[in-house]
Amino acid sequence: MTGAILSALFSHWRRNPLQLLTLLVGLALATALWSGVQAINAEARASYDAAAETLGQGQFAQITALDGEAMSQQTYIALRRAGWMVSPVTEGRLGPVRIIGLEPLTAPGGLGPVDVDGGGDLASFLSGPGQIFARQDTLARLPDMGVEGVATPDVAPDTAITDIGLAQRLLNRPDQIDRLIVLPDQPLTRRPLAEVAPDLTMVAPQDGSDVAQLTDSFHLNLTAFGLLSFAVGLFIVHGAIGLAFEQRRAMVRTLRAVGAPLRRLILLMAVELAVLALIAGASGVALGYVIAAALLPDVAVTLRGLYGAEVSGQMTLRPTWWLSGLAIALVGTTVAASGALWSLARMPLLSGAHPRAFSMSHRHRGKALLAMGLLVVSAAVAVWGQGLLAGFVMLGTLLIGGALALPPILTLLLAWAERHARAPVTQWFWADTRQQVPGLSLALMALMLAMAANVGVSTMVSSFRLTFMGFLDQRLASELYVRVDDPAQAAAVTAAATGHVDAILPLLSVDQQIVGMPAEILGARDHATYRDNWQFLRASPDVWDRLAEGNGVLVNEQMYRRAGLDLEADIAVGQDVTLPVLGIYGDYGNPAGQVIITEDLFRSLFPQIGARQFGLRVDPGRVPALRDRLRQEAGVAEGAMIDQAAIKATSLDIFERTFTVTTALNVLTLAVAGFAILMSLLTLAGMRLPQLAPIWALGLTRRRLATLDLLRTLLLASLTGALALPLGLALAWALLAVVNVEAFGWRLPMYLFPLDYLRLGVLALLAAAIAALWPAWRLSRTPPAQLLGVFRHER
Amino acid sequence: MNVKALVCLLLLPVTALGQGFAGLGTQAGDFAQPVPGRALEFPADHGPHPDHRIEWWYLTANMSGPDGTPYGLQWTLFRSALSPRDGEGWDTPQLWMGHAAVTTPDAHHVAERLARGGIGQAGVQADPFLAWIDDWAMEGPDFDNLRLTASDGDFAYDVRLRASGPLVRHGQDGYSVKSAAGQASHYYSQPFFQLSGTLSLPKGDVLVTGTAWLDREWSSQPLAEDQQGWDWFSLSFDSGDKLMGFVLRGSTDYTSASWITAAGEVTALADGAFAAAPLDWHDVAGRQVPTTWQVSLPVQDLEVTVTALNPDAWMDTSVPYWEGPVTVTGSHEGVGYLEMTGYD
Repeated sequence: MTGAILSALFSHWRRNPLQLLTLLVGLALATALWSGVQAINAEARASYDAAAETLGQGQFAQITALDGEAMSQQTYIALRRAGWMVSPVTEGRLGPVRIIGLEPLTAPGGLGPVDVDGGGDLASFLSGPGQIFARQDTLARLPDMGVEGVATPDVAPDTAITDIGLAQRLLNRPDQIDRLIVLPDQPLTRRPLAEVAPDLTMVAPQDGSDVAQLTDSFHLNLTAFGLLSFAVGLFIVHGAIGLAFEQRRAMVRTLRAVGAPLRRLILLMAVELAVLALIAGASGVALGYVIAAALLPDVAVTLRGLYGAEVSGQMTLRPTWWLSGLAIALVGTTVAASGALWSLARMPLLSGAHPRAFSMSHRHRGKALLAMGLLVVSAAVAVWGQGLLAGFVMLGTLLIGGALALPPILTLLLAWAERHARAPVTQWFWADTRQQVPGLSLALMALMLAMAANVGVSTMVSSFRLTFMGFLDQRLASELYVRVDDPAQAAAVTAAATGHVDAILPLLSVDQQIVGMPAEILGARDHATYRDNWQFLRASPDVWDRLAEGNGVLVNEQMYRRAGLDLEADIAVGQDVTLPVLGIYGDYGNPAGQVIITEDLFRSLFPQIGARQFGLRVDPGRVPALRDRLRQEAGVAEGAMIDQAAIKATSLDIFERTFTVTTALNVLTLAVAGFAILMSLLTLAGMRLPQLAPIWALGLTRRRLATLDLLRTLLLASLTGALALPLGLALAWALLAVVNVEAFGWRLPMYLFPLDYLRLGVLALLAAAIAALWPAWRLSRTPPAQLLGVFRHER
Repeated sequence: MNVKALVCLLLLPVTALGQGFAGLGTQAGDFAQPVPGRALEFPADHGPHPDHRIEWWYLTANMSGPDGTPYGLQWTLFRSALSPRDGEGWDTPQLWMGHAAVTTPDAHHVAERLARGGIGQAGVQADPFLAWIDDWAMEGPDFDNLRLTASDGDFAYDVRLRASGPLVRHGQDGYSVKSAAGQASHYYSQPFFQLSGTLSLPKGDVLVTGTAWLDREWSSQPLAEDQQGWDWFSLSFDSGDKLMGFVLRGSTDYTSASWITAAGEVTALADGAFAAAPLDWHDVAGRQVPTTWQVSLPVQDLEVTVTALNPDAWMDTSVPYWEGPVTVTGSHEGVGYLEMTGYD
C-alpha cells in the first residue's frame, strides 16, 4: 500500500514539474537569503568575539591610567605586591598589524594562546626567539623579525599576539604597559587602588565588547532583512504547497476510497515534504554561502570603517550555521504545510474534490479582520510599548498585518473601479482582475513584503548615511587632527603650529562615572568652530554663551536618554561641581555617555590631565605643508595625524560599500518576489482557460487577451507597490525610532528618498513585467483548438 | 627532604612541555650540577642559584589555636629556570611559583601564584633576607627572624618565626643523594622555628602558636629517569628530636633520612635505613592516596604510625600533589608534615 501511495504522490509531481520547481526554488531562495545573511552576521560576530577574547575586554575589569597614557612597569609590580591579581597588556601597531603583548603566567586562563595548564608550548613562547600568534594572512603582512610565527584562526583579524616582553621590544616601548586585566578572584588583604596607584582607574567589565554593541545596530538591520526575505520565501512555499495539496484532493479521495489509511497517507505526505524541504534547504544553504562569501568582503570593509571593528573578509563554514539553515527550511515548510495537511485530514471521504477552492477561497472577511487586528496591535505597541521586545512585536505585527490587508484592499479598489467602468471589456477586465486576486494574493503579498523591506531598509541606511555625514561635518570641523604622546610633544605641536594655523583647539578628555554610568568628560575651547558647526537635538537659549562662562554642560543623546535627563537638569561633573544641562547633541555610534565642558573648567577640575589631541584650523590647501611641518618640528608620526578630507573620503567609500550590500539584497528579494509572481501566473494559466475561452469566443483576440493579462499584472504590481510604500516607511520608522533607541540608546532621524522609492517601484514593475511576459506569450500562442476544447469538456 | 618540591618546581616548564612528573628526570644539560664537598656559605646560599634548574624555599608549620585545635600551614616559593642564566626584565629565563596553604581538621585552603623573574614581581635576596612573590613574603633582618605572609580569596596568614636552633645540613654536609645513579641536590633545613601569628579563615581570625620547618634545596636533575614520585616526611617528636626521611619511588625504591637531635646534631642515614609503608588509602581528587603510614627507623628504635590531620589536604595546583600536617603515634609521639607526589 505504501508503495502505491508513494507512486501516486510522485505521479503528481511528474505531471506538474513546474509546481515542484516552484516549491524547491522558492524554499531554496528563502533559505539562501536567510542563511546568507545569518552567515555574514555569524562571521562578523565570531570576529568580534575573537577580538574581545584576545583583548580580555568584556569578561574582565580593566585598569588604565587616568590620563589615558601608558603606565610604567613599576606601577604594575607595585600593584602585584599590594595583592592585586592583575595581568599586564602592552599593545601597539606594527605597520598594518595590531600587536598585543600578554603575560601568560598571570593572564586569566584561556585568554592567550598558551597557558600554564598545558595549552601551547609555554617555554617557546617565553624564551628563545619567541613566538607570535596570528591568522595566516596577518603573519604574511608582518615584517621578518626573527620570531617564530604560529598560524591560528583563533586570533582576531589583523592582530598578532605575543609575549609582553617581545611586544615591548618590537614596539620599542620598554617598561610600558597600556592596561591591566583584573582577575575575578582577588586576595583578602589587597590594598585599595587609590592608595597604591592613585593615577590609575578601574573600569568595570562591559556586557559584550564595545564593537559588538555598536555593530549590533548593523547586524540588526541585516537580520531584519534576512527575516523579511525568509517571510517572502515562505509565502511562495505556502502558495506552492497549498496549490499542490488542493490539486491532489481528488487523488487523496481516490486513494482513500480504495483503502489507503488516512494516517499513513498523511504521514507519507509529511515525509515527502520533509525530503523536499531538505533538498531545497541544502541547496539554499549552499546558495546562501555563495551570497555571503560574495558580500562579506564589503560588509567587512563597512564594519571596519564605521566602527573600527575588525572582521575577516573570509568565510568559514560553521556547523551551527548550515544546521540552522536546514532547520529553518524544515520549520518553514512545516508552517506552510500544516494548514494544508490539517484540512486534508479533516476532508470527508465522500466530499467533492474542488481544486478551484483554493484560488477562489472567500475568506477575505476573516483575513481582513485579522489584518486589522494585527495593525491595531502594532499601533498600540508603538504608542504604549516599552523595550526591545515590544519593538520587534511591533515590527512583526505591522508586516504581517500589512501583508494580510493587501488582498482585501486590492479587492475593494478593484470593485470600485469596476463600478465606474463603462465599456463591457473594461468591466470584464476589472471583474476578471478582481477574480484573480485570491490566486495571486500570495505572490502579491510576497512582492509587497519585498518592497516594504527594501523601502524600510534603504530608508534606514540612507538616513544613517545622511546623519552620519552630517555628524562627521559637525564633529570633524577642524581640518587636521593631531594626537600627541606626552605633554612635551603637546608643547612642541603648539609651538610648531602657532602662526601657521588659524586656530589651535586642544581636546581634553577623562573617563568618569557620571549619574551612575560610565562616561567621558571632554574639555573644549570656546571657538567659532563649535558655534558654527554644532547642531543640537535640543538646547537652551544662549547655550554657547552660558557654556563659555562655565555655567553649564552639554551631554550626548545616550546620556540624555539613559539617565532620563532634561534641559537645565543638574548633573555632578566633579567633586562639589554641579552644573545644568544646556544642550543635547547626537553622538552616533558611541555606546557611552559623554559630557562637554569648557577647557577652563576642565583644567580646574582635572589639573593632572593634559591635552592628548589637537584640532587645527587651517586652509584645506595648506594641510599637507602643515603635516610636514609638524612631523619635522614636533616629531609627530604620520599615523598620529588625521586630516578631515581623508576621513570623509573614507567614510563615503564605506557607505558606498554598505549600499553595495543593500542593493544586492534588494535585487535578490525582488527577484524572489518576481519568481513568485511568475509561478502563480503559470499555475493560474491552465485553470483560467475556461474563463478566457468564452471571451475569446465573443471576439477578443488571443493577442488582446495576452496584452490585457500583462496589463493586469502590471496594474496589480503597481497597486501593491503603492500600498507597500507606506508599509515600508512605517517599517523604517519602527527600526529607526523604536528598535534603534531601545537597542542602542540613540535615535536616528528619518529622511525620505522619493527618487529611490521611484526607482524601486520601477524595478518592481520590471520584475512583475518579466514574470508576466512568458505566461502572456504562452496565452497568445494557445492553440484555438485548446480554447475550443473548453466548450467540449463537461464541467 | 624536599624532593618534594621539586616537582612542582619543575612544573612550570614541565607541564608546558607535557612531560608530567617524568620531566624531573630530564638531563641537566648546560645547568650547573650539585658538587659533593662544596661547602655551604651563609648568608649567600639563602639566596637563589640561577645556574641550577630548580630551587625552593619550603616552609611547613604545625600549629594550634587557643582552643587546642590543630592547624597546618605551608608557604613555598619555587624557582625554575628555562636556561642556566639570570637576566633583567622580561628576557630572564627565571620563572617563579608560590604555593600557600592552610589545613584545618575539616578544611584545606590552597593558593598559587606564578611570576616571571627579572621584573620585580618575585625573587629572593639573601641579606637582609627577603623571598617574595606578589604580596606573599618571607622577610626578616636575617634567616633566624622572619615574618611570613600570604593571602588569597578565602584565607590569609601573617606569622612570625624565630629560630631556636642551628641550620641542619642533610646528606654529606648538605649534598643529598637522590638515587642509586647519583642524582643529587644541595639541601639544608632550619627545623627549629618557633611560630606565632594569625590565620584569617572564613570563620574569622585565629591566633596560633607552633613550630615550623624550613627547607632549602636546589638542583638541576634531582630525580633519576625511572623515578616517578616520592613520599617525604618531616617529623618533630615531643622529645625535641626530629626526623626527615623520604622514599623515592622508582623501579627500585630509594630512601634517605636525617636524624636530628634536639641540640641540632644531624646523622645522615643511607639508602635502606629508613622505611615507610602505606597503612590506609584515602580517595581524594579522584585518586587513591596513602594518608596513614607505618614509618620505621630501626637504628633509633623508632616504629610509629603517621596519620594525616586532614586526609583531603590535596594541593589542586598547576601540578597537583598531597601536602598536609600529620600526627605521630607509637614508639615516639609528635607532629609533622607529609608530602606525596606522583599519585596519578
